[in-house]
Amino acid sequence: MSALTIARSGAQVVLIDENDQPGGQLCKQIHKFFGSKDHRAGVRGYRIATELLEDCAAAGVEILTDTVVFSIQDCTLGLAHRDDCFYLKAQAIILATGASENPLAFPGSTLPGVMGAGAAQTFVNLHRVLPGRRVLMVGGGNVGLIVSYQLLQAGAQVVGVVEALPRLSGYQVHAAKIKRAGVPIWTGHTVLEANGDQEVQEVTVAAVDDHFQPLPGSERTLAVDTICLAVGLTPLAELAWQAGCRFFYQSALGGQVPLHSVNMESTVPHIYVAGDMAGVEEASTALEEGTIAGLAAATAMGCSVPQAELEAAQERLASLRRGPFGDLRQRAKSELIKRWTDCHPGE
Amino acid sequence: MSPRRIAVIECPEEIPCNPCETVCPQGAIQVGNPITSRPRLDTRHCIGCGACVAACPGLAIFLVSSDNNGPDEVTFPYEFLPRPEPGESVTAVNRDGESLGPAWVKACWQPQGADGTYLVTITLPVGLATKARGIRRPSHDR
Ligand SMILES: Cc1cc2nc3c(=O)[nH]c(=O)nc-3n(C[C@H](O)[C@H](O)[C@H](O)COP(=O)(O)OP(=O)(O)OC[C@H]3O[C@@H](n4cnc5c(N)ncnc54)[C@H](O)[C@@H]3O)c2cc1C
Ligand code: SF4
Ligand code: SF4
Repeated sequence: MSALTIARSGAQVVLIDENDQPGGQLCKQIHKFFGSKDHRAGVRGYRIATELLEDCAAAGVEILTDTVVFSIQDCTLGLAHRDDCFYLKAQAIILATGASENPLAFPGSTLPGVMGAGAAQTFVNLHRVLPGRRVLMVGGGNVGLIVSYQLLQAGAQVVGVVEALPRLSGYQVHAAKIKRAGVPIWTGHTVLEANGDQEVQEVTVAAVDDHFQPLPGSERTLAVDTICLAVGLTPLAELAWQAGCRFFYQSALGGQVPLHSVNMESTVPHIYVAGDMAGVEEASTALEEGTIAGLAAATAMGCSVPQAELEAAQERLASLRRGPFGDLRQRAKSELIKRWTDCHPGE
Repeated sequence: MSPRRIAVIECPEEIPCNPCETVCPQGAIQVGNPITSRPRLDTRHCIGCGACVAACPGLAIFLVSSDNNGPDEVTFPYEFLPRPEPGESVTAVNRDGESLGPAWVKACWQPQGADGTYLVTITLPVGLATKARGIRRPSHDR
């Protein structure tokens, strides 16, 4: 979204992604998205990615796929493409590197068959391979619930979803889909251990008390060949660390996140941040942040950008962070922006 | 006279979403501002076209018709393969996936703009329309 916005403002843009197709998480989301018409709600995620890419190509964005950014220094990026390595100097850089899945350690968690829910999603939706036939999902956030549904669609059996908290953090409408399909959801439960010879063959789950300690006698053992972990995402912000951006810990946003202004500028001049790497949220918020970062960067480079467009994007972004699910993130974001402002007296 | 078919929205939380509002040709659903408001249906304007059922990313809208003279009918979104065939006998299930007994597929259809999502209409014994929200298919059990 950033790339598109900047290109439309008249600047030259290079879009770099390590995959063979840019689009990140969107490429493997086969479900229809939440949000409003402005955020292409009701459109399946992978179609949003395709549409954005086509728009980018039409706007003249140069796209480098299969290319990893391994370093960043004074607006110069180090790039690796297959056996080649080269450098690229830019006037402005927008980091939108996304997030990575959190691991969870338990006896047996290194057995083949234990994987991130996102990995399972990549298997079924991108590569069309079923990672297993009987799956336990660990984590009742939206990722755990959506991937459970998609595994059912792919033909796997989901034997249950365990969530350590007393209630699900994902949307009830996503939970309702898999409940109707007969998948039990055990809140206040955790995974104790996985067992198997060469790979996962069974898993033991148990209820937990208020301190997340397993309750003796509540254990149950299930025959499974796959355990999916959907226990949160952490911003993938190594490049921002390398660039010297200042960070602040915000658990509501997934961990250490770079400070940024309302215009998504980091604390390092000419470097902007957007999307999950600037705080794990949703595609709709990532799109708006990308738009804002793009408009701000274009302005800073001297392109003429209608101020009203920037304000409209900021307004749409704020509206997405309302309600019981958005409120915490809104407060965490405000704190980041406040701390950024403290570092930039007079702005 | 056939019973009137209207939408039933089961979207209980304040989430940032409104395709149901934008897609309804009758303007019968209102989310409004902020986008996190819960959808409200004006049943007087609903014509049971099913557009919202297919558009809702939460799969949270159903069409329900019941009167005292004939079997009940429930329509729900369906995103699994193979597609149910008209006449297929299935097991109706409630919101927790528990069996409610036998039901029959009346139609498997797509309103305009459904983009892959099918709507399945089942008929089932009187009184179950408020409970039935999906099916199990004994002939396709894995
Ligand atoms: C199962 C699931 C369901 C979801 N459902 C919804 C939903 O219904 N609605 C919604 O709004 N959101 C949803 N989301 C969230 C949404 O997908 C993300 O918030 C959004 O994709 C974040 O976008 P992003 O561009 O910040 O990051 P990503 O989409 O993660 O993109 C980052 C890209 O950067 C690349 N990259 C990273 N580091 C480098 C590097 N050093 N060099 C080169 N390339 C690099 C990555 O490979 C990736 O392609 C869902 C997420 C998941 C996992
Ligand atoms: S069924 Fe049709 S008319 Fe009724 S609320 Fe849904 S979209 Fe509107
Ligand atoms: S489209 Fe579905 S999930 Fe979204 S607000 Fe309407 S009823 Fe709720």
